[in-house]
Amino acid sequence: MSIEITGVNKRFGDFVALADIDLNIPTGQLTALLGPSGGGKTTLLRIIAGLEETDTGQIVIEGQDATRLPVQKRNVGFVFQHYAAFKHLSVARNIAFGLEIRKRPADEINRKVGELLDLVHLRQFAHRLPSQLSGGQRQRMALARALAIEPTVLLLDEPFGALDAKVRKELRDWLRRLHDEVHVTTVFVTHDQEEALEVADSIVVINEGRIEQIGTPDELYDAPASDFVLSFLGPVTKLGDRLIRPHDIEITRYEQAATASGPITRWTRVGFEIRLEVTPDDVLHPDPVQVTVTRAEATALGLHLGDRVWLRPAIGAEQVKA
Amino acid sequence: MAESHVTRHARGPVTYLIRVFAIGYLLLLVAWPVALVVTHTFDDGLHSLRAVFSDPDTVHALQLSVIAAIVATAINTVFGVGMSLLLVRSEFWGKRLLSALLDLPLSVSPIVVGLALVLVYGGRDGWFGPTLDGWGIHVIFSTPGIILATAFVSLPLVIREVVPTLREIGIEQEQAALSLGASTWQTFWRITLPSIRWAVVYGVVLTLARSLGEFGAVKVVSGNVLGQTRTATLAVEEKYLNFEADVAYAIAFLLASVSVVAIAIVSFLRSRKAH
Repeated sequence: MSIEITGVNKRFGDFVALADIDLNIPTGQLTALLGPSGGGKTTLLRIIAGLEETDTGQIVIEGQDATRLPVQKRNVGFVFQHYAAFKHLSVARNIAFGLEIRKRPADEINRKVGELLDLVHLRQFAHRLPSQLSGGQRQRMALARALAIEPTVLLLDEPFGALDAKVRKELRDWLRRLHDEVHVTTVFVTHDQEEALEVADSIVVINEGRIEQIGTPDELYDAPASDFVLSFLGPVTKLGDRLIRPHDIEITRYEQAATASGPITRWTRVGFEIRLEVTPDDVLHPDPVQVTVTRAEATALGLHLGDRVWLRPAIGAEQVKA
Repeated sequence: MAESHVTRHARGPVTYLIRVFAIGYLLLLVAWPVALVVTHTFDDGLHSLRAVFSDPDTVHALQLSVIAAIVATAINTVFGVGMSLLLVRSEFWGKRLLSALLDLPLSVSPIVVGLALVLVYGGRDGWFGPTLDGWGIHVIFSTPGIILATAFVSLPLVIREVVPTLREIGIEQEQAALSLGASTWQTFWRITLPSIRWAVVYGVVLTLARSLGEFGAVKVVSGNVLGQTRTATLAVEEKYLNFEADVAYAIAFLLASVSVVAIAIVSFLRSRKAH
């Protein structure tokens, strides 16, 4: 186990940021700390890094007790949401910073910085200042800077949070490929479930200072431990007395054995997808049910706003009792 | 983009009236009097400037002013940067009180500052004065007193420049440096100081200009001894009262030129900082 966290508590005044956190993060994996804002995930990451002190408990990194070790001695690479680029230093000098501090010989620094510039595709920008780079380029520079010190663990705090959607997606793919090349134990914080599901080997869901569930993306998605995890990992709706994902509902215009039936009362088209709301006739469960179908399915089924439809869970759909 | 939000109204007679008033006010209050100092200095060519530099006592006064200003500025720069770091980067009890106290030197009359220093460091009946005198350190009526008074008066100028800049750059660059293994000291020299360097330079220039022109506090603590503790500003007063107006104008001109150069440097730095 690369990072072992036991009994960690953290308060900020009256606010409980973390409550009794026990967590093992395996070596060489890409782990996501996923949860809503203010849930404590960034605090946990900063405690691992040594940027924040824990009130109680222990942090062990690669077998070494790091609980009271200052941030300089932990040998962790930390990447900030807003890059924290050294504004007065060129891209190459930014990357070289950790090596210069470690007083490595100049030729070794040059070689290493060159390699990292290639790794993050910033070779032609080596002599620019951070202010002359785009957000995505700055974050790649920050990653290279953190990797330069050959950290035991790489910690990323909402690394793509400040970037626009398209760049975020590119960098997400790139981070996954980078990790497959470098294999450094990586922990990243995100509130974006899609990002966590797509990139991470394992996901730790954190809410209100507590761990809700730990598992692979598939485990979490297929077997959520609580309705919080279910609802956080994607849209959910209530069909009968169970929670289910809107795209896991079978919809038809012909009368059949169904969990609910009623008219389509809302129709929202978003690109290839159509989001419907069906208001059931059932007096016990009168809340509208969300159903998602593709445009092609809607055409094939001949659905229109106001049509009477019958709903039931699709075969193999994951459901949680509400 | 701020400029694009400024709406321009048609220029009516009121606009012109306000402009004429503002320019006229500045002209009468600042530009004209200062210009007169310059013209008076050069009334008979370089004669009065030569008189300044040929009188050893006046030269000494100028030197003393420059030394006091440089030392006071050096002290206030080190103290100011340290104090700014303390105010921005740490939380402690009484921080707001300290912050208010730091502005005191700008609001209190320099003459009060001078008297206060005498009460503490006075050789015969000050609080510390006799003890320091016993060790052979004379503060009042001596150069240390002049430096102390000058430093007191120009104390907040560096802090006022550096604090907003420190707030603006935030703490993340420093935390990044720490996570990369830098010590607190290395982080300060390699990251913090380069980030605030223009603010420091700006504060230093202002402090230097203010220190050079200090009069009231210095007058009280220096004793105004000719050729020993008389600074340039005191010499201006002395010469003026002794009917050597041309020499007084010449010294005043030298002091004013330094200030003008300082303002020029500062506005140049400001325009650099803006880009």
